[in-house]
Amino acid sequence: MQLAKVLGTVVAETKHEALVGVKLLVIQPHDHTGAPDGPPIVAADALQAGTGDTIQWVTGREAALALPSTYTPVDCAVVAIVDEFWSDPNVQPPPEPGPAPAPKPKRTRKRSTTTRRKKK
Amino acid sequence: MILCRVVGHSVSTVKHPAFEGTTTLICQPVNEKGEARGRSFLACDSVQAGVGDLVLAAREGNTARQLLGSDTDPHHAVVLAIVDEVHVGDHVLTGPGPV
Repeated sequence: MQLAKVLGTVVAETKHEALVGVKLLVIQPHDHTGAPDGPPIVAADALQAGTGDTIQWVTGREAALALPSTYTPVDCAVVAIVDEFWSDPNVQPPPEPGPAPAPKPKRTRKRSTTTRRKKK
Repeated sequence: MILCRVVGHSVSTVKHPAFEGTTTLICQPVNEKGEARGRSFLACDSVQAGVGDLVLAAREGNTARQLLGSDTDPHHAVVLAIVDEVHVGDHVLTGPGPV
């Protein structure tokens, strides 16, 4: 379960019949400091959350269990609309691991300018 | 199971009925030295843990459902123990401490 902010909605006319009537939201997961955690994702919503709301969401099998029909092909769902969350301001998340260092360029042997002796 | 420090809590009014009456805690995974490792996540409380406590959390639905509710509840993460001490080599990490 994680925090996320609702960025917008997704409208799909053609979809699996189990998803009919299920609202789809674009959410941006974030941690307790508000720093984004990964790219935005689409979550199913049964609580009528709106754009700008902070929500709690679950992933995996539990996502389908959060919906009215528990046999629904979703892997991410909203389970609560957050009124407020509090976290200790002294606790900062660890720094993101930086990008892997670029591989060193392969050494290329310079061709000797001297002419090779021809084999006899 | 993940060693975590509880760094906060989240309050919701509109929520799935399975979450009625449970406290949602913000858990920051830590290593054996107490340093933060990875992103924080939310877990439901089952042991009356509070902010600053060192806890064990499980991020797995089956464990959470066994502790918190029925087979059809969408529980995914649960705080299942309050840690007093962690001994690794000569280093001792104590439970309730500065967050």
